[in-house]
Amino acid sequence: METKTKQQTELEKKQKVTITGAEAVVKCLLAEGVDLLYGYPGGAIMPVYDELYKYQDKLHHVLTRHEQGATHAAQGYARATGKVGVAIATSGPGATNLITGIADAQIDSTPMVCITGQVGAHLLGSDAFQETDIVGISTPVTKWNYQITKASEIPEVMAKAFYIARSGRPGPVLVDITKNAQFEEFDFEYKKCTSVRSYQPVPSMNIQSVEAAVELINNAERPFVVWGQGVILGEAEEEFKTFIEKAGIPSASTLLGLSALPTKHPLHVGMVGMHGNYSPNKLTNECDVLIAIGMRFDDRVTGDLNRYAKQAKVVHFEIDPAEVDKNVKTDVAVLGNVKETLTAALSLLKANSHKEWLQEFRNLDAVEFDNVIKNDLFPTKEGLTMGEVIKQINETSEGKAIVVTDVGQHQMVASRYAEFNQTKSNITSGGLGTMGFALPAAIGAKMGAPEREVVAVIGDGGYQMTIQELGTILQTKAAVKIVVLNNEFLGMVRQWQQLFFDKRYASTVMTNPDFVAIAKGYHMAANRVTKREELATAVQEMMQSKEAYFLEVCVEKEDNVFPMIPTGASVSDVRLK
Amino acid sequence: MNTKNTYTISIYTENNVGLLNRISAIFLRRHLNIESVNVSKSEIKSVSRFTLLVKVTEEQVKKIIGQIEKQVEVIKAFYHTDEATVYQESCLFKLSTDLLIQNDEIQTIINQSKSRVININKNFFVLEKSGTKEEVEELYHILDKHGIMQFVRSGRIAITKDEMPVSKLLQLIKA
Repeated sequence: METKTKQQTELEKKQKVTITGAEAVVKCLLAEGVDLLYGYPGGAIMPVYDELYKYQDKLHHVLTRHEQGATHAAQGYARATGKVGVAIATSGPGATNLITGIADAQIDSTPMVCITGQVGAHLLGSDAFQETDIVGISTPVTKWNYQITKASEIPEVMAKAFYIARSGRPGPVLVDITKNAQFEEFDFEYKKCTSVRSYQPVPSMNIQSVEAAVELINNAERPFVVWGQGVILGEAEEEFKTFIEKAGIPSASTLLGLSALPTKHPLHVGMVGMHGNYSPNKLTNECDVLIAIGMRFDDRVTGDLNRYAKQAKVVHFEIDPAEVDKNVKTDVAVLGNVKETLTAALSLLKANSHKEWLQEFRNLDAVEFDNVIKNDLFPTKEGLTMGEVIKQINETSEGKAIVVTDVGQHQMVASRYAEFNQTKSNITSGGLGTMGFALPAAIGAKMGAPEREVVAVIGDGGYQMTIQELGTILQTKAAVKIVVLNNEFLGMVRQWQQLFFDKRYASTVMTNPDFVAIAKGYHMAANRVTKREELATAVQEMMQSKEAYFLEVCVEKEDNVFPMIPTGASVSDVRLK
Repeated sequence: MNTKNTYTISIYTENNVGLLNRISAIFLRRHLNIESVNVSKSEIKSVSRFTLLVKVTEEQVKKIIGQIEKQVEVIKAFYHTDEATVYQESCLFKLSTDLLIQNDEIQTIINQSKSRVININKNFFVLEKSGTKEEVEELYHILDKHGIMQFVRSGRIAITKDEMPVSKLLQLIKA
């Protein structure tokens, strides 16, 4: 009798899976549906890497060439798929190298989980080798973070990390795991997290506010929609399109909202903001009801707040209560996921069209065409423009490509001219303005959407900030198309120096290497274009390539990006030259 | 709208080590000074209560509350005017025992200020006083003339006159 009981207990023990913390980390990732992560090994994370080696058939680890590259790749993956991107690094410098990407993900609401190794718990606070207080450092730039010091904490914390990263307004979460917790054995059991007591990811919708909003919209004569990334993050593209079509409202995108609505949609009136289009900027100050959908009135969108849409009633559809009245005072705030709130609004919305009002946008578009677009897209001067390169990419890809951009002049030109036919096609660093974002983000985007063409458009400055990721492409064969628009300047800063600092080009002149030779050094097909007549063929050849391809286009050195709202000016003062 | 007032901020939170850092970072980023801070347990089991004192405009305090509530481990945050709360600070004075013996005035001060001696030995005694900041300041001013060996004051703690609907909120979340 007694022996049987003993046998039974032993059997029960075997059924409970006793594993190490490191293996638990991998099992948690698998349970969360992760099949791809980006990272860089090092001392304090070695036990987890040892498990990644054992599980490599289920979980693919991509070795980037720098931890910053890992975060941007995870971001690119997240932005292309809507899933949580995962980056992993060791303690100390490995962890601090993640910070730029984490900050970028925080300000651009990108779901990401970062895992860092940490020195053993007994060494914490002793200035041990590669010890850094990454939880302290990452606090202001994470949605949530946590340091695990015992293996038994791993399942619950990992589940919470993924839940927080992807729910509500998404964001980055960092989980720091001490080395002893990775080695410790414990009984593993995984339960997905579905709620956190103190955390309400989506505020509950208030139907009265929906009614009040729709009443304003129904009675508006000159309604104007500005939408942001909230439409994409909320997977509300269809609801959004139906909404604006039913009410016939001219609609403009923020930088991050691009591709939520096809570029050629008849109600799409372009992009707002510092280098956005002329008509939506100018007419922001002439609409009677401004309807903000999933956007946060960034200063690059509003210009001088004291002269921003003061004549208009403001309606704000928003998931994050802290964004309401933060920058622009709203008349009606509709809290909730835009997918839900727009659906509720739709049933109350009156069918309408605002043809004359829309025509005002089109009239100003013609002004912008004559003053800016014509010269950008159909140049008659000798030097190549950035705009004509983007136009060539549009024509070759038929607007089907994912366009990943870096930060600067090329980014603004690409955002102005790139054509998008489907959502999640515009991946760029918006809020943080992180140079060096595009190359690793494009790798992540391509891995997330392997069936799609991914074109990274990058300036010669930003390209050199993460150029080492060419090594990641070499090793993984990610078929990313890289277009470097080389003007041998840090172009955006140079433009400001020209306009506001009397052409004192302080440290913006770049002496560049032979980019084609560098690409070839990584065994990548590469080409350089210096003349207009070579452009079309070169872009076609790049797009036809089944493998990664590098194309350098030497563009006019001192072109400027217009329209432009100078810092501190009103959206009405948008300049065409 | 743009005049600065004293506001008491009450924050109900999960008991988490890093949270003080997260909350203070919200003020740091905006160059806002926290006049005082106190963290204690609350009327709800396993829920902590932060009490912060700030001098800002109402618009600023509203935005700060928004940022504080955005933190995952914050259950709910409120701000109150002085009129809406009953509040106290506590302070300790270390004074020379000779004063007590040689100076009759000190006895009167202690009695009139409603402070109390909580420790005494042949060298020094410790005087405790609870009250509003003004009352504490006044006592400081009076005792300063006699020589204060050490002084320390706690942060403000405050109870609101109105109901704090946090327990109900937590029940809603649980349901």
